[in-house]
Amino acid sequence: MENDLVLKVQDLTVQLDHRSILEHLAFTVKRGEVITILGPNGAGKTVLLKCLLGLIPYSGKIEWEKDIKIGYVPQRLPFIKDIPLSVMDFFALKMVFGQEVRDIMRAVGFKEEIFARKIGDLSSGQFQRILIAWGLIGNPQVLLFDEPTTGVDIGGEETIYNLLAKLREERNLTMLLVTHDLTVVYQFSTHVICLNRQAVCYGPPREVLTIESLQSLYGDDVKYYQHKHQ
Amino acid sequence: MQNQLFLSLTAGIFIGGASGYLGSLMLSKRMALVAGPLGHLTLPGIALALIYGFDVSLGAFPFVILGIVLIWLFELKTKLPMEALTAVVFASGVAVAFLFLPMEQAETALVGDISKAGPWETLISVIIVLILFFVIRNIYPKMVLINISDDLARSCGTNVEKYNFLYLLLIAIIVALGVKMVGGLLTAALVAIPASAARNLSRNLTQYALVAIIIGAVSSSVGILLFRLTGFPAGPLIILANTATFLISIVFRR
Repeated sequence: MENDLVLKVQDLTVQLDHRSILEHLAFTVKRGEVITILGPNGAGKTVLLKCLLGLIPYSGKIEWEKDIKIGYVPQRLPFIKDIPLSVMDFFALKMVFGQEVRDIMRAVGFKEEIFARKIGDLSSGQFQRILIAWGLIGNPQVLLFDEPTTGVDIGGEETIYNLLAKLREERNLTMLLVTHDLTVVYQFSTHVICLNRQAVCYGPPREVLTIESLQSLYGDDVKYYQHKHQ
Repeated sequence: MQNQLFLSLTAGIFIGGASGYLGSLMLSKRMALVAGPLGHLTLPGIALALIYGFDVSLGAFPFVILGIVLIWLFELKTKLPMEALTAVVFASGVAVAFLFLPMEQAETALVGDISKAGPWETLISVIIVLILFFVIRNIYPKMVLINISDDLARSCGTNVEKYNFLYLLLIAIIVALGVKMVGGLLTAALVAIPASAARNLSRNLTQYALVAIIIGAVSSSVGILLFRLTGFPAGPLIILANTATFLISIVFRR
C-alpha cells in the first residue's frame, strides 16, 4: 500500500437478501484524515462500516494497512440495560482493568467516581463518552463511529465532537464517522463520502457538498446549508 | 431417611445454583423463556426413562438437543420468529409424550421428583454441575458481550458462533438436570426466577451472578425442606420458594 494510506476500498459491492445495499464503492483514507459518511436512512452507511470491520460478506476489495488496530463504536446498544452492569464491568468485558481503564477514562474526561455506577443510570451523553473510551482500548490508530451522537441532547453533541477533535489531535487518530449531521461534516471532517448505495460525491466537504450533490443524496426538497465558521 | 434428605439437598443446591448462574446469562439474551419449551420437549425422553427405569436426565438430554437442532433448522428454513417455532416444537413434544407416558408417573414427569435421588446419581450431577460452573465462569464475559451486541463482540475478534454453540449446549445440560428436580413443566422458572430476582438486587455483574447462584441454591433447599415438612411435591415448592424470593427482591430493588 502507498505511503500514508491506511485504507483502500475498491469496487465494494454488498448484497443482502438479494437486495443491493452498496454498489461499486471506491475510496481511500490517509493517516490522520476524518472521513464522514453522509447519507439518508437506508443508504448503506452502517453496512459500509460493518464491511470495513469484516462483519458482513462483500465483493470487491478492502485493504487496511498491515497490522493496523481499529476501534469501533457502535450506534446503539439497546440490550446493555437488561443486566446490572457497572462501568468497570463494561471494561472488564474487554479484559481491561485498573490503570489502563483509569487512563482512558481520564482521556474522555471522567473521574474514578463513575466506575462503580450502573451503565443504565448514566445519561446518554455520558454513555456515549464511555463507548468512545471503550473504543480507545488497545490504542487503535483508526476509530470507526456509527452515529456518535444518536440520542445525545444538543449540548452533549457538541461535547462529543469536541472530545473527538481533542482525541484526534492527541492520539493522531484516523476516523471514519457515520452521521446525518451536516454541521459535523463542515466543522470536523477532512473528507466526506455522500452515500446512497453508490458514492454520490467524495472529497473535501467544501468542494463536493453542493446543492446538486445534496439534492441527489436527500431528494429535491433539501435546503442548501453551509456552516460558516471554522 | 436423613441420608436421602442429604442427597436430595446436595443435588438441589448444586443444580439450583448452576441454573441461577446460567439463567443470569439467559436473561441478558432475553432467552430465559426458551428453557420452558425445552423443558416441555424433554417429556418424551422422561417418559422413556420412567418406562425403562433409567435416569430421567439421561432420557431428557437427547430430546433437548433434538429440540435445539429442530428450532435452529426451522428458523434457517422459514425465517419465522424463534418464539413461534419454539411453540411448534414444544407443543409437539408434549403431545408425543402423552401418547405413551404412563399416567401413574405423569406427576414425576411434569413436576419432577428429587426426593429419590440416589448416591451415584447425586455424585454425577454434582460433578457435571462443577464442570458447568467452570465453563460458565470462563465464557461469562464473552457471552455478556455477545448478548449486548454481536457486532461489538465480533469487532473484538470473538468467535460468536463458537460461544453461542457452547451456550446452547450448557442450556441443554441445565434443562436435562433441571427436569429431574422440577419436571418438564417448570424448568424455565429454575433459570428465569433467580436471575430476575438477582437483577433487582444487584448493581454490578459480580453481585448479579453471585446473587443468582445463591437464590437458586437457597430456593432449592427451602423447597426440598418444605417437601419433607408438608409432603407436597418438591418441584412446585422449589419454584414457589424462588417466586417468594423474587417478590422480596421487588421490595429491596436497587
